[in-house]
Amino acid sequence: MNAPVDMDHARIAATTPLDRLDPSNPAIFRDDAWQPYFARLRAEAPVHHCPESMFGPYWSITTYKDIMQCELAHKVLSSDSLHGGISIRDRDKALRLPMFIAMDPPQHDDQRKVVQPIVAPDNLAKMEGIIRARAIEILEGLPRNETFNWVDRVSIELTVSMLATLFDFPQEQRRRLSHWSDCATALPMPGGLIETEDQREAALAEMLGVFTGLWNERVNAAPRPDLISMLAHGAATRNMTPREFMGNLVLLIVGGNDTTRNSISGGVLFLNENPAEYAKLRANPALVETMVPEIIRYQTPLAHMRRTATADFEVGGRTIRAGEKVVMWYISGNRDPAAIEEPDRFLIDRKRPRQHLSFGFGIHRCVGNRLAEMQLKILWEEILQRFPTIEVVGKPQRVYSAFVHGITDLPVRIPG
Amino acid sequence: MPRVTYVEYNGREHGIELEAGLSVMQGAIENNIPGIDADCGGECACATCHVFVPEEWLAKTGTPGEQEASMLGFAATAQPNSRLACQITMSEALDGLVVHMPEAQH
Ligand code: HEM
Repeated sequence: MNAPVDMDHARIAATTPLDRLDPSNPAIFRDDAWQPYFARLRAEAPVHHCPESMFGPYWSITTYKDIMQCELAHKVLSSDSLHGGISIRDRDKALRLPMFIAMDPPQHDDQRKVVQPIVAPDNLAKMEGIIRARAIEILEGLPRNETFNWVDRVSIELTVSMLATLFDFPQEQRRRLSHWSDCATALPMPGGLIETEDQREAALAEMLGVFTGLWNERVNAAPRPDLISMLAHGAATRNMTPREFMGNLVLLIVGGNDTTRNSISGGVLFLNENPAEYAKLRANPALVETMVPEIIRYQTPLAHMRRTATADFEVGGRTIRAGEKVVMWYISGNRDPAAIEEPDRFLIDRKRPRQHLSFGFGIHRCVGNRLAEMQLKILWEEILQRFPTIEVVGKPQRVYSAFVHGITDLPVRIPG
Repeated sequence: MPRVTYVEYNGREHGIELEAGLSVMQGAIENNIPGIDADCGGECACATCHVFVPEEWLAKTGTPGEQEASMLGFAATAQPNSRLACQITMSEALDGLVVHMPEAQH
């Protein structure tokens, strides 16, 4: 981002009257200028009400400790899509997608338990070899002494290939998975990936069609350890409506796609921005273990999760009223100096690197957390075996979103 | 001081003394015992300090509370004798406690 844009944000963040400060503006994230907004909120109004934004009125929760309190309050802070779901943007009621991330107990618990076994330790161990083989193949195919987009060639390739494995989806069609994932999360806008909600619906209907075909094959076959087979045979999921099936597909595809992708991209960027850390890593590749959770904290691939109060709720000395929208800004809590030492530094050898909010906490805590970590760990192990360095040679381009915190372009060059 | 023994999945044992009032999770973290992650730091908000409590100790450690039961419900390797170590508070009555670790924390 060029300097004037950054300076502008710094000024806006510092001088806007508190009651008009709106950290949900997607431009803040696209311009990588969110830090001063949240630093101010943490200091001056850690639980903050914004009366007006492109997403309507909402509360911001910005400190680690207050976010943890909200995470545990699932009885009064609902994730249910009936109230608007889990992101700041309310979906059109008619287009609402039912999925367990956007359900409350007991339905949430029943459906989550069906999917959980896919990431049990023995299943993860089975996936490790496949992921490593794919990572090696992708890395061996990269050009030398030539600028290319790391996001496209590595981050997307590896994550969609892993997703195709999880679903036992035809590998040669794997890019359709990332296309549907992108359609599911894009903000409709002129010239954007989708321009209207109708276009989104069309993409998701196409996805549903393809997956219904896979479902029909598997529902009549013996159960297998892929996600579609598990859903087709699971007691809590086998009678899902098509719309529920669609919702859970979107959940699993988006859950396992954007987030991991952006962590893979973020890692290369952070090591380039912190050459001393890169040197430490080269000297001691075993640090991959603690670097991976640090990458996930530092990137915070989902900037927030949203809840809706179903009863009055007190947090940080403020009272949130029933019906109001609550946004837990993980991206801010992960930089809270009251919880994390030197939170703005990227340090690959932290003592408690998993103490971060990027996966959420409480009953909705990320199902795929250890799978995501495993992918990053394998990728970095294989990178360190091959490339002494990966140089970032241009400015990263970022996603225009207050929810998915990501990188679309990261020009890199591998000397060789 | 009361003692606790942590048994890793591979069978390796770690015996420590743990001050009454501290949690079994804190004992593991402060002594760098492998096999307990404790991502949430003791808030009962994840399930990464999951342990198995042998039959003979169950009456003394008690059973999971509501939030703990919810979190354990999502732990891939949970058994009827599962507990979250952050919810077991050390006391003289627990002197000699043994806990076993699962294959992996999640
Ligand atoms: C670095 C990568 C990832 C990040 C940062 C991430 C982040 C998150 C967060 C913040 C939540 C909590 C939602 C809430 O509290 O409302 C969540 C839930 C979830 N994630 Fe992930 N995720 C990642 C990777 C994955 C992967 C690889 C999968 C695929 C298996 C996955 C599947 C899910 C599912 C199914 C849920 C819903 C859990 C529930 O509602 O009980 N995630 N994730």
